[in-house]
Amino acid sequence: MNSLLGRYLRPHRLVLVLIAFLLLIQVITNLYLPNLNADIINQGVITGDIGYILRAGGLMLLISLILGISSVIAVYFSARTAMRLGRDIRGDLFRRVESLSLSQVNALGVPSLITRNTNDVQQIQMLVMTGLTMMVLAPITAVGAVIMAIRENAQLSLLLIVIIPLMLAVISIMVFKAIPLFKVMQVKIDRVNQVLRENLTGIRVVRAFNRTPIEELRFAEANADLTGTTLKVTRIFALVLPMLLLIMNLSSVAVLWFGGHLVAEGSMPIGNLTAFLAYIMQILFSVMMAVMTLMMVPRAAASADRINEVLGTVPDIVDMPHREIPDGERVGHVVLRDVSFRYPGAEESILQGIDIEFLPGTTTAIIGGTGSGKTTVVNLLPRLLDVTSGSVDVSGIDVREIPQEELWQSFGLVPQRAFLFAGTIASNLRFGSPDASEAQMWEALRIAQAEDFVRALPDQLESPVDQGGANFSGGQRQRLAIARALVRRPAIYVFDDSFSALDYATDARLRRALRDSTEGATVIIVAQRVASITTADQILVMDEGHIVGRGTHHELLDSCETYREIVDSQAEAAEAS
Amino acid sequence: MSAQRPPAPPVRGPMGGGPPGMAMTPSAEKAKDFRGSLRRFASRLHPERKIAVLVLILGIASVFLTVLGPKLLGNATNLIFDGVIGNQIPAGVTQAQAVEKLRASGQGTQADMLAAMTVTNGVDFAALARLLALVAVVYFLASVLAWAQNYLMAGVTQRTMYRLREDVDAKLGRLPLSYFDSTSRGDLLSRVTNDIDNISMTLQQTLTQLVTAVLTVIGVLAMMIWISPILALISVLTVPLSFIVTMVIAKRSKPHFAAQWKSTGELNSHVEEMFSGHELVRVYGHRQRAIADFDRTNEAMAESSFRAQFISGIIQPSLMLISNLNYVAIAVFGGLRVASGSMSLGDVQAFIQYSRQFTMPITQIAGVANLLQSGAASAERVFELLDAQDQEPDPEHPVELADVSGRISFENVRFRYLADTPLIEDMSLDVVPGQTVAIVGPTGAGKTTLVNLLMRFYEIQSGRILIDGVDSREATRADVRRCFGMVLQDTWLFEGTIYDNIAYGADSPTPGDVERAARASFAEHFIRTLPEGFATKLSEQAANISAGERQLLTIARAFLADPAVLILDEATSSVDTRTEVLIQRAMSELRRGRTSFVIAHRLSTIRNADVIIVMREGRIVEQGTHEQLMAERGYYYELYQSQFAEPEQSA
Repeated sequence: MNSLLGRYLRPHRLVLVLIAFLLLIQVITNLYLPNLNADIINQGVITGDIGYILRAGGLMLLISLILGISSVIAVYFSARTAMRLGRDIRGDLFRRVESLSLSQVNALGVPSLITRNTNDVQQIQMLVMTGLTMMVLAPITAVGAVIMAIRENAQLSLLLIVIIPLMLAVISIMVFKAIPLFKVMQVKIDRVNQVLRENLTGIRVVRAFNRTPIEELRFAEANADLTGTTLKVTRIFALVLPMLLLIMNLSSVAVLWFGGHLVAEGSMPIGNLTAFLAYIMQILFSVMMAVMTLMMVPRAAASADRINEVLGTVPDIVDMPHREIPDGERVGHVVLRDVSFRYPGAEESILQGIDIEFLPGTTTAIIGGTGSGKTTVVNLLPRLLDVTSGSVDVSGIDVREIPQEELWQSFGLVPQRAFLFAGTIASNLRFGSPDASEAQMWEALRIAQAEDFVRALPDQLESPVDQGGANFSGGQRQRLAIARALVRRPAIYVFDDSFSALDYATDARLRRALRDSTEGATVIIVAQRVASITTADQILVMDEGHIVGRGTHHELLDSCETYREIVDSQAEAAEAS
Repeated sequence: MSAQRPPAPPVRGPMGGGPPGMAMTPSAEKAKDFRGSLRRFASRLHPERKIAVLVLILGIASVFLTVLGPKLLGNATNLIFDGVIGNQIPAGVTQAQAVEKLRASGQGTQADMLAAMTVTNGVDFAALARLLALVAVVYFLASVLAWAQNYLMAGVTQRTMYRLREDVDAKLGRLPLSYFDSTSRGDLLSRVTNDIDNISMTLQQTLTQLVTAVLTVIGVLAMMIWISPILALISVLTVPLSFIVTMVIAKRSKPHFAAQWKSTGELNSHVEEMFSGHELVRVYGHRQRAIADFDRTNEAMAESSFRAQFISGIIQPSLMLISNLNYVAIAVFGGLRVASGSMSLGDVQAFIQYSRQFTMPITQIAGVANLLQSGAASAERVFELLDAQDQEPDPEHPVELADVSGRISFENVRFRYLADTPLIEDMSLDVVPGQTVAIVGPTGAGKTTLVNLLMRFYEIQSGRILIDGVDSREATRADVRRCFGMVLQDTWLFEGTIYDNIAYGADSPTPGDVERAARASFAEHFIRTLPEGFATKLSEQAANISAGERQLLTIARAFLADPAVLILDEATSSVDTRTEVLIQRAMSELRRGRTSFVIAHRLSTIRNADVIIVMREGRIVEQGTHEQLMAERGYYYELYQSQFAEPEQSA
């Protein structure tokens, strides 16, 4: 956590100095008040000098005002610093995540990344905010009060040698026993919530398998576990707080006893006794305050760890020096040479010995079972993943030697999950090409067979799209996602199982329209239905990470057992053709 | 699940897999019935009432002793002061003589003070020792009592929370499925997690604090009035002043807090979208724009939260200023009164301590009141959940369903989700063991309604559903459900290993059983490609495996359950053709000798089915074999033509 705070506080160091200065003023003024009070007693009350009492009172008022003003300024700067720090961390986190590869993002987990960018940063921000006021103020006050106390009477201050270590001992009980328990408690709260969440989302399955009693048991266990830990934590506090109070109160008793002797001997004026009591209270209160804010530290530290994990993740896919397209090479020509891919640490490779050539102006279809590696193949092309061995060339250059932004310009990707962004239809269509004209968008919608339903919407292109495209049906989302790719007019189209939610008639119309509009481009279709791909120039059949067949529909019917199996399983109508 | 659901308020699923309830929402929500919810919550403390009374008594005793302390210390100061002044009077001169002498020399004020004192010759240390010993004992007892109070209170709150969570979980087990279908999942989740956490926090932080704070205020006020009514008045005046200042500042910060929440919400959804659509953001070259958008919202958020934090941050220093003004006033007035002999020095000192103790609990009470508001709102939401209607309990003397052969009969079944919308009217169907029933119809036709009825997720309104001749309502739900194995498209996996997820299907399967089930469902291959195989931990959203793979796991789970009747939702897109071939083979193997209901998308399944049930807009419109239905030339015929007839081939 220190490194994170250090890094992000450095730009604010001048402000930090200013805040420290303001806090110092607060401490000094705060400590000066009891001193004046002592003077009122010693020189005003005892001598009956009413004028002195009023003058000293006026001075106290002035000092209170200075104290108030300086603390408002301190709050201003600490709030500003904390919020800017939060903003900077969020900005860096977001930028870092945007530069990570797909597999890195998935490894960290999208939901977790969202929490890190929001709640975790919030934690740090609040810590800095209170830290800059309370946490810094408390030790300064404590030290200042000790100095003042010694000034009032050095002999009596010896009491502090007993009191302060005693308090620290009590506090360290708390720090070392309670704070680790807080971490444990948070884990257990998460566990309880997780069990509940799973029970809710899986309610049908839980009931179908008659697992309600077992789930209740699982919950009761988590619940009892949480209750036990929370009880432990609260009981430590139940002991520590009265103990601190007792130390404080007994200190006052001791001050009066020893101070009484000093006053009787005449080595200390009686007003100083009152001031001394006030200082002792200030010392003890500031220690308590520091402890209260310390409670925030473990949570913030856990957040800092999670943030650092992201900031410390080095993008595994980075840009290499740019290379020019070799002469005679066609844009959109894609070649995979002896490619294999394996997730780090996996037992088996997902792809092995893959050689494929995708030619501009042709359509290549990839078909195969779940886990056969189809999506992995297409993810390698725009470098969403990098090969483990072998190479992928786009337009004659190894993809690892093309700046990513430039590489991506050649692609129109329609992923398996038709993901739309909140906004309007137009903002989604312009997602990859901000300058697209309305005519271009309508053209793309027409090809994607989405024109009719968009025309039917009251706001047409400006119709709102909810988060995730939730206000459109699966088929509509898919067609909008296809249109989004078409608007870019890229050299390479990748349709990853993008027609699954369409009925046969729409599917057929769409494919016909696509054929005309993608002329000259490289088209790659990952498909489920044989009917969708029978007209492809090249069909690749994948099985368990290998290519087990390649050729046209008719060639494969003769040569490839796996392909025949797939065809056989499809509707009789397809068999008949 | 594409079930026909009873019309409900628009449900917004947690898109993009963000953990629900993660979005930071303002807790400024207010309870509709603050007192009612509070009272009801208090009634939940009922089992703890004896301890609660004890806690209260301990609290009163502890506060009483604590409050006594400063006054006694003040008396100790007076003892010292008396002795010191006494020392200043020359030996052999009485106090009265000294007063006279002072008055004669024109020092009227000092004379008054001296007249009011009972000076001693030197400090009476024996008396001081007795007094201080008493104070020490008082403080010690106060702390011991406070500890006992806190200790007991911790038990009270934690046990209460335990029971509340337990009740909520048990309630979830008793609620009918219709409740879950008609309530937004995010809302429900937030009730059972966020709201309960919030109540727990409120309870922990408020109850003890509130009791102690209120008692302290009363006690301190009493002491202050006792010592000096005029000085007490000054201190009491600072209370409304503090409240007004707090309110004025809080009101000013409100719009900034609103702006902060708004931009926080915007930022969160932007982040959620951009991270969820990561591959699109990259490949579509949207990164720079995404960053620019982010920066803009981020800046707005930083600005508004700065304003909100700064303005609300003024409250603390302002209160401190008021408290210091109070201190100054007491020091001056107190000083004047001591000088004039109408108040002792020890009392002023005690008063200063009291005034410090007075403002702290008041600010505490203000803070607690806020917390209570949000706690009451949460409690109200949880109570709403607890008050929802339970499903009908199982019959008291259920018929046992054992060794079911799989004969399923619908007799004049009538069912509606909503009383005024007819869905299934007078449906009869007899399925012989081993037969296959295909349920067909377009998306949203309500095919899962039948599943809901078979599994008794919903109860029929009239007629009977018989399993092996037994009315399913005469058996326990557990028995009914044990007859069925279900594979739905709505795959549900919990956080745990792949092994545990498959093993969920049976009571205590052996590792061999689990692996066999995985092999039979063709899930074994992909499981072995994962870094840790069967021991691979699935994340909560199971985001680390694909949709098809999730489906394979749920199929394996059903394999393991080995039921008499199967309910299958044939995959449309999530499991691809080749895997489905394998699954279909395995399924037909599994279906042998078992009755099965298949929500069918594949023509082969439909044509080979013994009965086809055609559904449209939630209703069963036709029923029969393929040949019969084709001959009827009705809706099925139309559907068949549009869905399964191959469009013209251009090849």
